[in-house]
Amino acid sequence: MYKIAKENLASLFALINETNELYLPVEVAGQTNFAAYTADAKFDLDTLKTVKSPKDVFFPQSETLYTCNKEDNKLKITPEALVDAPFVVFGMKACDIKGIEVLDRVFLSDPVDSFYAARRANGIIVGLACHEPEESCFCKVFGVDCTEPAADVATWMIEGELYWKALTEKGEKLTEAVKSLLTDACEAKVEEERSAVKAIVEKLPYSNLSLEGWNGDVLTERFNDALWQELYKPCLACGTCTFVCPTCQCYDIKDYNTGNGVQRYRCWDSCMYSDFTMMAHGNNRNSQMQRFRQRFMHKLVYFPANNDGMYSCVGCGRCVDKCPASLNIVKVIKAFSEKGDK
Amino acid sequence: MQELIKRAKELLADGTVARVLGWKIGDMPYNPEPAFFETAESLDKFVYNGFCGANLSKYMIEASKLEGKTLVCLKPCDSYSFNQLLTEHRVDRDKAYIIGVGCKGKLDIERIKKTGIKGIIAINGAEMTDACDTLAIDTIYGQKSCSYSDGMLERCHVCKGKEHKIYDELIGESRDTCDKERFAEVAKIEAMSPAEKFEFFKAELSKCIRCNACRNVCPACSCRKCVFDSTKFDSAQKANVDSFEEKMFHIIRAFHVAGRCTDCGECSRVCPQGIPLHLFNRKFIKDINEIYGEYVAGAEAGSRAPLVNFTTEDAEPSIVNERGSK
Repeated sequence: MYKIAKENLASLFALINETNELYLPVEVAGQTNFAAYTADAKFDLDTLKTVKSPKDVFFPQSETLYTCNKEDNKLKITPEALVDAPFVVFGMKACDIKGIEVLDRVFLSDPVDSFYAARRANGIIVGLACHEPEESCFCKVFGVDCTEPAADVATWMIEGELYWKALTEKGEKLTEAVKSLLTDACEAKVEEERSAVKAIVEKLPYSNLSLEGWNGDVLTERFNDALWQELYKPCLACGTCTFVCPTCQCYDIKDYNTGNGVQRYRCWDSCMYSDFTMMAHGNNRNSQMQRFRQRFMHKLVYFPANNDGMYSCVGCGRCVDKCPASLNIVKVIKAFSEKGDK
Repeated sequence: MQELIKRAKELLADGTVARVLGWKIGDMPYNPEPAFFETAESLDKFVYNGFCGANLSKYMIEASKLEGKTLVCLKPCDSYSFNQLLTEHRVDRDKAYIIGVGCKGKLDIERIKKTGIKGIIAINGAEMTDACDTLAIDTIYGQKSCSYSDGMLERCHVCKGKEHKIYDELIGESRDTCDKERFAEVAKIEAMSPAEKFEFFKAELSKCIRCNACRNVCPACSCRKCVFDSTKFDSAQKANVDSFEEKMFHIIRAFHVAGRCTDCGECSRVCPQGIPLHLFNRKFIKDINEIYGEYVAGAEAGSRAPLVNFTTEDAEPSIVNERGSK
């Protein structure tokens, strides 16, 4: 266990950035999101939740897959190069790291997504334990321990000092590289912090949310439940919930006309959007009720059915914070419980 | 609120309306959701307090297609949106029974949280029967407080007034919350150098995640299919292919709603990235006022907006050149 004073973090980041590309929470125009390090970036480790989850470090909102160009009347196809240099993501919270575990299930299963796999292989995650969880957090429901992020390096911010503990080989290597800035520390302080935060987690209003009745075996009855007809009504059909979510993984593939060629890119899709999974024959979900239902069925029924019971929600609570119509997964879960549809 | 519920029950019972469009109590002190109520019992979950900022007029587009009348609760500012939708033939006046509800200014939980308050368990002082000057907030981290004004949405600080522009009956008192000059922020940006303006908007718009919440909540964005949702369009509605597009989406949208935007402020309320989108629309409103004379979209149903009207006194095109060269 090591530590470093908060005021020395700028030097730590500069040092990491010398050898690895570094992504960390950066404030731009009043909002904090993960972004690439620059010397003058206003980094912010105090904000509990970045607006967007850091999933886009591994699965960018938009990325080019290959480019086609016309050269001398011949078509030249240039595939996009895969990431091949190590990079560090600093400050990921335990829920967002669990989110990556969910994405791994999708992108690292056969057929493996080479773009994602390359980023995962090269990415070194430095997790930051939560200090003051908020009322919209419910990671405990999904078995996440926000006081000990399961990363390559786990860190804790305690009284102006960042405590640092390598958990994997990759983490050990990074620790070696920055050791000149770290000093030895004892683990007692961290244990004290962990139990204090765990006590707070117990008091959070959503911490004891029951997922009873949500599993891969209730597909048909849940799908046909009349309750969806009620629940979807305030939904604006925007993509906020899906775009701030650490586990939403659906994407679309599109062509961008560059004038004398095409950039084939993929971008995040949202099941809330009218052209979601549209095919040549049309769209198999043609009402907002069906699209709304898709989101929750996917997270709480279809995903566990295909992934040994693993839900594709990690309880980060971003949708709870951000939905313009104040709808969210917690309200959906509660509505089914209240109905007695356990 | 009790009077509102009582009246809604009466109107449901005597068959005047088939349903009530209002807000349903949330599971947090600050997250009521827009909801339709069809029975007297369901109205037990009806709520109307400082957190009912959502403008319900756009939901009336769909409600206008249903059998029977819908009782809709409109705040003074929402009534401008409803009028504008009437002007554009998007809602049916005969399908609406409008109760103009009083308003003491609506709260923005993001603003309350920006003051450093977190772990919120309960909020007292946001009911319509409260004085609405201070919010007492119970949190996991102790008792906190926030002045009502500090927690208010930006739009309430530049409120257009207490008067409902269209209604069948009124319930509840409103109060003046306007304490800022409406065009001050726009004037501040106008005074910037082109480079400063560009930096300002670049920083703000680079945050956009193309969730389309601003568009989908906007009562002026009522096209049955948005051009950005077209699969035949060379642009995407769900990703910015380049930094040019990230800016253009919002600028195109602002042009499209120019002269029709009532400045209801919903775009800025819903933006997950806190982009002050209302500034674009307000710039157009300011320009229209200066070039064509004061015009308030939605103040009157059926009014002809300067941009779709012609009078011999209209400004000559050269004025654009002159203003632009300043």
